[in-house]
Amino acid sequence: MSEFAAIAVFLVLGVGFVLFNFLLSKLIRPKNPNPIKQSTYECGETPVGPAWIQFNVRFYIFCLIFVIFDVEIVFLFPWALVFQSLGLFAFVEMVIFVGILMFGLLYAWRKGLLRWY
Amino acid sequence: MLELDKLIGFVGAQIAALVTALGLGPDWVTLVQLVVAALTLIGFASVMVLGLVYAERKVSAHIQMRVGPMRVGWHGILQTLADAVKLLQKEDITPSNVDRAIYFWAPIVTFVAAFAVYAVIPFGRGLVVTDLNIGILYILAITTFGVIGLLMAGWSSNNKYSLLGGFRSAAQVVSYEVPMALAVIGVVMLTQTLSMVQIVGQQEKFYQWYVWRQPIGFLIYFVAATAEVNRTPFDLPEADSELVAGFVTEYSGMKFAMFFLAEFLNMFTVAAIGTTLFFGGWNGPVLPSWMWFLIKTLAGVFVLMWMRWTYPRLRVDQLMGFAWKFLLPLAILNILITGLFVVLF
Amino acid sequence: MDTITLVFFALALLIITSALFVVTSKNIFHSAIFLIMALFGVAGMFVMLEAPFLAAAQVLIYVGAIAILMIFAVMLTARIADESIIHTNEQVPAGLAIALGLLAVILYGLWNTPLTIHGGTPPSGGGHKLGELFLTTFVLPFEVVSVLLLAALVGALIIARRDPGATPRPNDQSAEQTGA
Repeated sequence: MSEFAAIAVFLVLGVGFVLFNFLLSKLIRPKNPNPIKQSTYECGETPVGPAWIQFNVRFYIFCLIFVIFDVEIVFLFPWALVFQSLGLFAFVEMVIFVGILMFGLLYAWRKGLLRWY
Repeated sequence: MLELDKLIGFVGAQIAALVTALGLGPDWVTLVQLVVAALTLIGFASVMVLGLVYAERKVSAHIQMRVGPMRVGWHGILQTLADAVKLLQKEDITPSNVDRAIYFWAPIVTFVAAFAVYAVIPFGRGLVVTDLNIGILYILAITTFGVIGLLMAGWSSNNKYSLLGGFRSAAQVVSYEVPMALAVIGVVMLTQTLSMVQIVGQQEKFYQWYVWRQPIGFLIYFVAATAEVNRTPFDLPEADSELVAGFVTEYSGMKFAMFFLAEFLNMFTVAAIGTTLFFGGWNGPVLPSWMWFLIKTLAGVFVLMWMRWTYPRLRVDQLMGFAWKFLLPLAILNILITGLFVVLF
Repeated sequence: MDTITLVFFALALLIITSALFVVTSKNIFHSAIFLIMALFGVAGMFVMLEAPFLAAAQVLIYVGAIAILMIFAVMLTARIADESIIHTNEQVPAGLAIALGLLAVILYGLWNTPLTIHGGTPPSGGGHKLGELFLTTFVLPFEVVSVLLLAALVGALIIARRDPGATPRPNDQSAEQTGA
């Protein structure tokens, strides 16, 4: 568990490094704000309407399917570590597990939810 | 002879002596050692990215039958340094209606997610900052965390292009994470361990490399990793003609530099993991271990750059369909076949 | 105070303040980000409890999937910049009373429970023991989890799909919006 101290150090120092660079840049760079420069970029035109896009459920659906498969992956990892020593039975168990979830993917596929037009 | 682990051990001992001489306990010794290690890796990462950006420009130039940067230093070798200094003193144009807090922290999150992985990568014999017993799982977890950074950037910029670019980038990274993790699981099935150092340790001989035992797994990993780092043919979120600059449209100066840095760090990371899992990590005859590691990893990065100027890019629907309808079932099949083989033989 | 206690208090502070900001922030996207910080704190707790696999699973699933899902939902349904969600809550006194009552009950229970520290070394933590357990002793819950996941997936997809005018079909003549 003390190995994770390195992770904490890396996280903190990563943030520190970026903040250091920001500070360095702040000391050196010019600062000339004007409203045109600071308007939202829309290929040189004045922006039309607030920045929102039409609700596109396909982004959400892909993320949803990802959540389920993410959980499946978390279950696959411990299995991958020990199944060799547990023999055929463990393998069959996992085939059942994965098979049931593949039905979910098949359902999504057949219902056209994996299409992105 | 040129093995760096003795040098690291020596420096570590010196630090320990220095800190104890100041009257601080063993916890402080570890802390200072880790801080020095992290700083060293930051330095290494920075230099590496400078080199990689230069390499990218030279590689792309020569593939396109031109010469690339030639003026700044011998054959343009100091070009990236000049670019870095330029970015440092560029005005930071922050549009007026961004979400300031999120806008500020997005590049930090992206960079930290890209950098935190380096704590577990085995650069050579005895050259790993910390050998976590969940090594490769930790790397996967941090990679998924990186998606938050680009969603933050897309959202806070308050710009249609950024938002769309952020969405697409996130959807793409998230979709290819599953096949990538499944390819990794294929290797883990053979290694029986998640620790990066042990995985390398099991591949000492050339014929023991896991790429021979998991060829399909390697191919899946390779394709998924290319998509993860948004490289062609999967670089739609960054395609200039499509979305201006995607989720970094409204970023300038040092903040933009951080995203850029993170992207190249990710490229190196992904190549490093591929080397560790499939190509024996730092194993190799004659040359010191860290040299072998660098050679193999940089070869991987070179292939990534090479592909950029060889293939056209995929459309977004082709991209997503490919991940979910082809790569994922293939990866599952790979796992099942591997499992069958292992259990029966 | 030794390092472990220090780390514990730091993590606890992180989790509590992040959770507080989640519910009191006026900007829903900020709430999502604070939630992510809280989840990271919990992962840190798992590491402290010698369960690194759980910590990695926490980050992988909660931060890497569920938080992203929530952020997608927020981004897709809230208009940017113009309006933040206004949290006007007239029931703060009642809510406070209930929360304090709950706190009292929990504290009472914790105080009177003998929490013994069991000796012995925790498992190596690489997930081996976990794998062994749910492939031998806990096989049935393991398989039931897959059915649960399937149900969750199909259910969520049915609900998401029923959204009118969102999923375009190839011969849909109605105005195709600018969403990519």
